[in-house]
Amino acid sequence: MTKLVEWLVGVTVILVAWAVVSFDLLELRLPDTYREVAWPMPLYLLVSFGCYSLATVGYRVATFNDCDEAARELQEQIKEAKEDLRKKGLKM
Amino acid sequence: MSSRKPRPPSGRSADKYSVLLPTYNERENLPLIVWLLVKYFGESGYEYEIIVIDDGSPDGTLDVAQQLQNIYGEDKILLRPRAKKLGLGTAYIHGIKHATGNFIFIMDADLSHHPKFIPEFIRLQKEGDLDLVSGTRYKGNGGVYGWDLRRKLISRGANFLTQVLLRPGASDLTGSFRLYKKQVLEKLVERCVSKGYVFQMEMIVRARQLHYTIGEVPISFVDRVYGESKLGGNEIVSFAKGLLTLFATT
Repeated sequence: MTKLVEWLVGVTVILVAWAVVSFDLLELRLPDTYREVAWPMPLYLLVSFGCYSLATVGYRVATFNDCDEAARELQEQIKEAKEDLRKKGLKM
Repeated sequence: MSSRKPRPPSGRSADKYSVLLPTYNERENLPLIVWLLVKYFGESGYEYEIIVIDDGSPDGTLDVAQQLQNIYGEDKILLRPRAKKLGLGTAYIHGIKHATGNFIFIMDADLSHHPKFIPEFIRLQKEGDLDLVSGTRYKGNGGVYGWDLRRKLISRGANFLTQVLLRPGASDLTGSFRLYKKQVLEKLVERCVSKGYVFQMEMIVRARQLHYTIGEVPISFVDRVYGESKLGGNEIVSFAKGLLTLFATT
């Protein structure tokens, strides 16, 4: 199964369950509270996912490590390398 | 400062690491990356070779590579150039054909990847007999130097989207600092069809499909060219296309 198919199956299952409960498609005669809760669920889930995404990406951007130390070390080593290579006969 | 690691007793470890360095106009950086590789491999005591795959660079990269070969020896520096710029996947295939190691390192030749992490890659690989070890900028104390807010946002945003859609089990999919078992790299390159960033992503996704074991090492990525070549709309579009293709086909 490709990821696309997995998603389609998952979304279909959720939508069918939602429709059955919200529109009483199987004549289950569920208590009204079930229907009241189920009805806005898709929208709630989408909005929650949106908020989760923003928060996660935001957090990850904010905590993205800046490797200043690595850059400094690299500069030092570049100097060292150039000197050593020059001694070994490299013509740059 | 790197500490002196004990050399493996001769004869015990038959492992050899081939480093594939595809180059295009890296006349300035090639000597430096080679010097660093020689330094860190030398200290580690492991057998290695560096395979320079130059795609007909007009700036004389091959001449510099020749000089390096004279300095360090033909057994350590192998030159396997190609006539023109042919792409990464074929560069790997070309490199693997000439590699005498049983492990292959792939990395960038522009000093964004630092050889100081190589002993850590090797250690992790040996610990779990892993098929693939990938450098990650997103976990542990991995990170980046030289990126502004916009670049970081694009990077994390794209990575988040990739995680949601592909659930790949690896934190950094577009990274190209990796250690592979030779036969694993061969199998994967055979099956991958994408180009550019997406090629690296596809390698990991296919590795997962084939149930290869994957480990991650936090690395620092020092971007010295960012100022010159910004991440433009074109690259973002082709990334999105590639991601959706992988989503629909794997």
